[in-house]
Amino acid sequence: MKQTFCVIFKKESSIIAVDSISCGPHCLMNVDLQTDATLQVDISDALSERDKVKFTVHTKSTLPNFKQNEFSVVRQHEEFIWLHDSFVENEEYAGYIIPPAPPRPDFDASREKLQKLGEGEGSMTKEEFTKMKQELEAEYLAIFKKTVAMHEVFLCRVAAHPVLRKDLNFHVFLEYNQDLSVRGKNKKERLEDFFKNVVKSADGVLVAGVKDVDDFFEHEKTFLLEYHNRVKEASAKSDRKIRSHKNAADDINRIASTLYTLGTQDSTDLCKFFLKVSELFEKTRKIEARVAADEDLKLADLLKYYLRESQAAKDLLYRRGRALVDYENANKALDKARAKNKDVLQAETTQQVCCQKFEKISESAKQELIDFKTRRVAAFRKNLVELAELELKHAKGNLQLLQSCLGVLKGDT
Amino acid sequence: MSEEREPPPLPGAAQTVFPEPQDAEDLFVSAASAMESPEAACLSAEDISPSSNGPRDDDPDDLFAEATEEVSLDSPERQPILSDGPSPAITPVTPVMISPRVDVFDRSPDQDEDEEENRDTFDIQISVSDPEKVGDGMNAYMVYKVTTKTSLSIFSRDEVCVKRRFSDFLGLYSKLASKYMHMGYIVPPAPEKSIVGMTKVKVGKEDLSSVEFVEKRRSALERYLLRTVKHPALLKDPDVLQFLESSELPRAVSTQALSGAGILRMVNKAADAVNKMTIKMNESDAWFEEKQQQFENLDVQLRKLHASVESLVCHRKELSVNTASFAKSAAMLGNSEDHTALSRALSQLAEVEEKIDQLHQDQSYADFYLISELLGDYVRLITAVKGVFDQRMKAWAKWQDAQVMLQRKREAEAKLQYANKPDKLQQATDEIREEIEEWEGKVQQGERDFEQISKNIRREVGRFEKDRVKDFRVVIIKYLESLVHTQQQLIKYWEAFLPEAKAIA
Repeated sequence: MKQTFCVIFKKESSIIAVDSISCGPHCLMNVDLQTDATLQVDISDALSERDKVKFTVHTKSTLPNFKQNEFSVVRQHEEFIWLHDSFVENEEYAGYIIPPAPPRPDFDASREKLQKLGEGEGSMTKEEFTKMKQELEAEYLAIFKKTVAMHEVFLCRVAAHPVLRKDLNFHVFLEYNQDLSVRGKNKKERLEDFFKNVVKSADGVLVAGVKDVDDFFEHEKTFLLEYHNRVKEASAKSDRKIRSHKNAADDINRIASTLYTLGTQDSTDLCKFFLKVSELFEKTRKIEARVAADEDLKLADLLKYYLRESQAAKDLLYRRGRALVDYENANKALDKARAKNKDVLQAETTQQVCCQKFEKISESAKQELIDFKTRRVAAFRKNLVELAELELKHAKGNLQLLQSCLGVLKGDT
Repeated sequence: MSEEREPPPLPGAAQTVFPEPQDAEDLFVSAASAMESPEAACLSAEDISPSSNGPRDDDPDDLFAEATEEVSLDSPERQPILSDGPSPAITPVTPVMISPRVDVFDRSPDQDEDEEENRDTFDIQISVSDPEKVGDGMNAYMVYKVTTKTSLSIFSRDEVCVKRRFSDFLGLYSKLASKYMHMGYIVPPAPEKSIVGMTKVKVGKEDLSSVEFVEKRRSALERYLLRTVKHPALLKDPDVLQFLESSELPRAVSTQALSGAGILRMVNKAADAVNKMTIKMNESDAWFEEKQQQFENLDVQLRKLHASVESLVCHRKELSVNTASFAKSAAMLGNSEDHTALSRALSQLAEVEEKIDQLHQDQSYADFYLISELLGDYVRLITAVKGVFDQRMKAWAKWQDAQVMLQRKREAEAKLQYANKPDKLQQATDEIREEIEEWEGKVQQGERDFEQISKNIRREVGRFEKDRVKDFRVVIIKYLESLVHTQQQLIKYWEAFLPEAKAIA
């Protein structure tokens, strides 16, 4: 699905406008999302303002629930979070892997760099300034595209899920064309969340300690725990690697500029030499920057996404484990009640409820985890293949530039 | 080698060979003759005074005339305080005293061209190798083996191996600078001292950084020697030959930073800086003005480039380290992945990344040793070039000062004419006359010196620029070739990986 969006970044003193860019098919994390005609969701446009991003969520549907077949609304990041949290808090969805929430759009670093550039404008030549500004704009645009993609992936996942797509909040999110008045959590609520998380992780440890009768789940538990940690590590390391790569590309940029100046100043035969090499480095630097960007997209983002997904899968296992513990406790309570012959009916009902809950979760969890594996393998395959192809393409491009320049330089001597 | 030489020419012939040889070959033949027959050297003693290893004193163009006065034959150790005298006679270890040809300092430009062409068949290889630590603790030092392989006849053997320490190199530079710089010769500077680096080595840390430091220094010393012998005048300098050939070298104490000579050097440097600011030279020669400006600009840009390249070296090293650590984490991830095909692909990815990290490391070494060190060397060389221009300014100032003095003396003489002391008049007039003659001589000398240094500088700069063009061309092409190699390897690795990734089912 092609889409276009336009970015306008307004700063106090300067307006940096970037033209509309059309973005190819995304949903990079998940390959097999059914492009189901009954419900198609995408982000058709996005606008970045001072401290918030406004996403235009576009829906095409043949479902009877919606008033129209095609419509759009504008949503902000907080509303996505509200939707995600509503899924998590819904007991009915305890047995599903809730699609992880998109990360907050973070332009702080980019904004800071842009500001520094503006301040240092006087100390550099016009060409240098323009060049750096272009790069920063490109970086900003890349971050922007990524955040749009993350938000879109979230919506696509929900739309593709057989149960979640029917959620009422989801429909409201898609259709209600007024502001959802979802304010971000205030301090008190965030504190509450913090405590909830602490309790949950402590509880999680307890629950995880309980050995599961079911082999499948026992295996999944061990696997997910280790896998999650390793993905976290790999994600952090790949980020660091890519940052070094970007730094090296920046250095080559500066070298190219200085060589250019040397070339224009030199009185010997070297002037042509320097100019040619400067030109070469300008081009190879662009390729190096692209390599870093592609690695970021295909590898780093992949790992980050599966870090979040594996956490969501762990959360599912936790909920199931919790339900199992509740079930076992209910069993014990029932036995006690029967022994004492007191409140037996109540104990029986509780036990029934717990049993049903546990079995429901187990059933859907099993399917969810199998789907998770399928999705994961497919996503890794797609991205690793694309990564290798891009690396090859760039290396070949680089090689060709270098060889042709060498040919010219050697021929000159 | 000397055995294969033709028998030396007749002693009579030896004397007439020297003034204006047509090309370099004759120069070496006559040097060989001097080598084989010390008698011949003695015979030509009228031309060459054995008490100095500079040219003969009576040569009017010899700028050394003043310098040779202070040499004392008796003490083989040079007096540490004097840093501007030439070195003493060669120690007894070397049986032969090589006196440079007189005309080395008085060449016409044509001969230089000839020499330069022959330099392409320049046959001398110098390598600095096998660093060894001698001693312990803070008195420890590194000793390097210097091997010279050559077929040039000024050397006594085809291949010589000597052991030298860092201060020996500094000592050599110090001697050469004091001999040649004030004549306008660009003397290649020696590598810089590094207190931090050396302390680590002394303390005995066998870690990677001190190993790299020693390697960096070894390479720098080698380049320094190669540049020095590339200079036609320096190659034949007895100090250089002694450095390369003699197994014992008097310890260059004066190179220590805190020695008397060291402090004197610092004082001189400060004085020079002040002088530079106060001398306002009327540049009549546009060539010099233009060249000075060009070297200023070159200096600025090379420093900037050097800084960027150093940053690149640093970041590439970082990239290599981070890639290695990512490779490990990818391997771990592959291990915990329970889908077999994906697990294998991830392990393969880890292997590819590991190979790539090695590639990055190799590339960063190339970045460093090829480009960064070259730039560092040239930044220092340009300082030497600027120094030579400063010397010319000093020569001009000296000439001008002499003219001023002469003027004063002439005015004093004129005044005397009007004084009314007949008895003292004759004596005073004679004195003044003498002084005027003396200063007239100094003015003439000053002018000649100034012209000579200007001529020398033009020639030196021409040679320097030629070398610069050659150096940069060669290095940049080598560097690009290293980049090509890296990309080719990358292609190989990713091409091997692609089918693995596609095989994930």
